[in-house]
Parts: sequence; C-alpha cells; structure tokens
Amino acid sequence: MTSPPISAPITVKSPVTRKRLGSWLIYLVVSLYFLIPLAATFYWSLRGQKDVLGFEAYRKLFADTYFLPAFTESILNAVATIFLSLLIVVPTAYWVTLRLPRLRPVVEFITMLPFVIPAIVLVFGIISLYSRPPLLLTSTYDSSRVLLICMYVALSFPYMFRAVDNGLRAIDVKTLTEAAQSLGAGWPAILFKVIFPNLRVALLSGELTIALYMAQHTLGPYMANLTRSKVYEPSAMAIVAFAITWAAMGIIDFVGRGSSRHVQMADTE
Amino acid sequence: MKSSKTSDPQLAKSTVGGASRPPRLHLGHWFGVLPFFVFSALFLIGPTLILAYRSLEGPKGGLTLDNYRQLTSETVMSSYAMSIRISLTTAILGGVIGFLIAWVVSMGGLPPRFRWITTTFSGVAANFAGVPLASAFVFTLGRIGLVTALFKALGVDLYKTGFSLYSFLGLTVVYLYFQIPLMVLTILPALDGLKREWREAAENLGATRTMILLFGNSFGAHATAYALTGGLFNLATLLIGQQIEGDVLHNPGLGYAVAMGMVIIMGFFIFIYSILQRRSERWLR
Repeated sequence: MTSPPISAPITVKSPVTRKRLGSWLIYLVVSLYFLIPLAATFYWSLRGQKDVLGFEAYRKLFADTYFLPAFTESILNAVATIFLSLLIVVPTAYWVTLRLPRLRPVVEFITMLPFVIPAIVLVFGIISLYSRPPLLLTSTYDSSRVLLICMYVALSFPYMFRAVDNGLRAIDVKTLTEAAQSLGAGWPAILFKVIFPNLRVALLSGELTIALYMAQHTLGPYMANLTRSKVYEPSAMAIVAFAITWAAMGIIDFVGRGSSRHVQMADTE
Repeated sequence: MKSSKTSDPQLAKSTVGGASRPPRLHLGHWFGVLPFFVFSALFLIGPTLILAYRSLEGPKGGLTLDNYRQLTSETVMSSYAMSIRISLTTAILGGVIGFLIAWVVSMGGLPPRFRWITTTFSGVAANFAGVPLASAFVFTLGRIGLVTALFKALGVDLYKTGFSLYSFLGLTVVYLYFQIPLMVLTILPALDGLKREWREAAENLGATRTMILLFGNSFGAHATAYALTGGLFNLATLLIGQQIEGDVLHNPGLGYAVAMGMVIIMGFFIFIYSILQRRSERWLR
C-alpha cells in the first residue's frame, strides 16, 4: 500500500480507488448477464400453479416416475466414466513421465484429438462402427450404455490427461518411485499405493470436469423430452440441474482443499 | 531442450531397470500404455477412420468423391461459414470478457472471496450447456421470456427490432454463457501465479491454447443449438445430424463428408494456431 503524496488534493480519487471502481463495474455488468437467465428461469419455475407463485413445478418434477431413474443413471454413468478414465489415463501418464518419455508426443497428440474431432462426429463414428456385425453393440440398451460411457471416457482424455500430468509433475514421481522401489515395491504397488493417493488433488479436478459434463449431458434426453411435453417443469429441472452441479462443485472443492494441504505436507516431508 | 529429452529415457532405464530386471521387462515398458492405445483405437481413432471411409462410399458401395463434391453446395458452405463465424465471434468475445473478469478477480482489488465464487460459478457455467442452457435463455430472451417482457413493458418490442434468440446474434449470446467461464477457468491460474500446481497447468493449456479451445468449444457445440432451434438453424453440426438421421434430408454419405470437413477445418485452425504460437515463442526468446 503506497500512501498518496500529502500535497495531493483530497477530492481527486487515487488511481487505486478508480481502478477498484472500474473492477466492480465490470464484475457487476458481467454478473448480470450470468444471473438474469437463472433468475428468469427460477421465476418461471415458480409459476407451476395458476395465479400463485409456488413450488408446484418442483413437486411435479420429483413426483415424475421417470425423473429419478434418469437422474440415478446419469450419476452411475458419470462414476463409471471417471473410474474407467482414471484406470486408463493414470498408468499412461505415469509411464510416459517415467519410463517412455519418447512416447509423450504421441500420447499428447492422441489425448488432444477430442478437440479436433467434434463430439457429434465421434458419436456418428461410434454408431457406424458398432452398429453392424461383427461389432454389433448398439442393439441392446446395456451395450449402448457401455458405448456411451466409452465415448465419454475418450472425450475426457484432454482434461484427464492434463490434470494427471500436472499432478505428476507437482509430486515428483521419480523420487517417489525410487523411494518405493528401494523399499522393494513392485510397480502395481507403486501406482496404487504411492502415485494414486498423491495425485488426489489433480484427480479431483479432472474428475470434477467429467462429472459435471456427464451430469449435464446424460440428463439431456430426459430434459429434451420434458421441454416438449411440459411448460413449467423444464424450468424447475434446469434450476435443479444447476443447483446440483453447484453443490457437487462446492463439496469437491472443500474436499480438494483438505487433501491439497495433505499433499503439500507430504511434499515437504 | 533436446539434450534433456534424450537423457531422460536413459535415466529412467538406469533407475528402473536395475540388476533385478531381466530383458523381458522391455515388453513391460509398453504394458502400461497398452490399454490407452487400444482404447483410443477403439473409441477415438477407429470411429473417425470408419467415418472417413463411409464418406468416400457411394450409395451403392464402391469408392467415390461424390459426397465431397457436394460439400461445395450452397447449403453446406453456408453452414460451415455460419459455424466458423459463431465460433470466432464467441471465442473472441468470450476471450476478452473472460480475461477481463479473470483480471478483475485476481488483481482488480475485489475482496478475495470473489475469486472463489467466480471460479466455482465458472466451473458450473462452463458445463451448463445443452437443454438446460437453451431453456434458461428461452425463459429469458425468448418470445415469452422475462427480459423480453420487461422490454415490452418499457415500450420496446425486441422481436420487432430484428432480434431473435434463434439467430446468429441469439446463439452468440447463449454460447457466451459457457465460453466466458471457460476462458476464466483457463486464464485465471495464469494471472494468479499463486498455486504452483495450477501455474503449470496454465502454462500448458491455459494462456496460449485458450483461444483455440474456445473456438473448438463452440465449433463442435451441437446440443445447445439443437435444443434452441430444434435443429433448423444452418450450422455444420446440425447439418450432420439432419443428413445422417433426418427424415427430410437424408443423405448419410453427405453427412459423413460434412463431418470429415469439420475435422479438417478444426485441424486447419489448430495448424494455423501452432504456426502463430511457434512464431510468438521465437519472438519471446
């Protein structure tokens, strides 16, 4: 904090306060752009009952027999995606960091492919690859669901690889691995007992991105149906979707902070 | 750079491949990355290649370039142009506004709590796409939307001034809802420089790659545009769906070609970007 020169007249605002004023103004205007659609949607969701503002639309939404199954399924899909993505990406990032650095450009290139190949292109590619024998997987509900999860895993690569890779850099894998090896640990033990636990924070941020992505997208078909058939429930659904992702984000951020402290301690030890 | 790259594998070998390692573990080296390559082949590269193949297939089988010839038609060209226009506009606007917000939050003198609120909100909003986002804007700026009604009460009929939520301008306004937060999320750590794990993330992905990230983000957007316009707007992603699955316009071969065209356009933009980046890196040195 630098104090203004004593000779300066008091009425002239210092550059610091003017800068702060500008900051508030920008923040306020942009906040309005983000909050008004939420407020409007919330207002509509309260109009489920004629002439009265109330939570009728929410009651109807939760009473809908299709809501809960669609909701649980999207959460299960998200969990399965995260699990599979971790299982594939963590060993790969670890190997590339420690054992096969020459492969890094290739792996990085592949993980960036989902940016080049738009998701809609991948969707039709997967459908056309797996909808004919010998690889017929779109015929049953469960096998299509597996395909869907695998597609999300592929789409998660850019985020997951980067999160894990940055995490690996932060924890100094080489030293950890050497330490574990000197204690006689084999590589599965190193991966699952040393690397995974130390990566927690990095993994959390990767997981979070995917979970939010999944939650928004797999609930989509249900919501699309809802907008076609109902008037007020879609607004309630949009609000619920927003609230849930917000809550999940808050919880994970809280947990992440706790373990980030833990990692830092482990780092300095 | 080069010397460290070549010395790295040797270092890794000498530390990992100690006295107890027989030569067969050379295969073990590849074992850790094998699932990744198999999975990528099955669900990333394979599907794209099969689509490339199908785009070269005529209606009665046999290889042909007919589908690609149709790409020069008015409809396809204008849909590509619209997709690129929207992506560039929202990437630039989202980039500028997002940067402003990130700057304001990190060094504009706002209370530190706003940083947390902003990142958390951005995390949610960056992923708030598709049906819920489209309906939120219909309730706001649609014909019956709250803001539209407010303007009407003030004597301004938005839809008579030429504005429509289902137009280029409307889609831009909607797309910015996930573009701005994505910019904030990727650029804030770079401005922040406080958390060291994040700074590296920012260096890698954030600062320099953000524009291309934002571009791709709206170039590939399908669900939001579909939910908003019912698939009737002339965008490349919507055209693919119409051609492959639609009842009225049904020409899967053309759909596959349009899809491959998108991959090529995206690749082209990334190529241009990487040239620019390399040049700017040279300047920075």
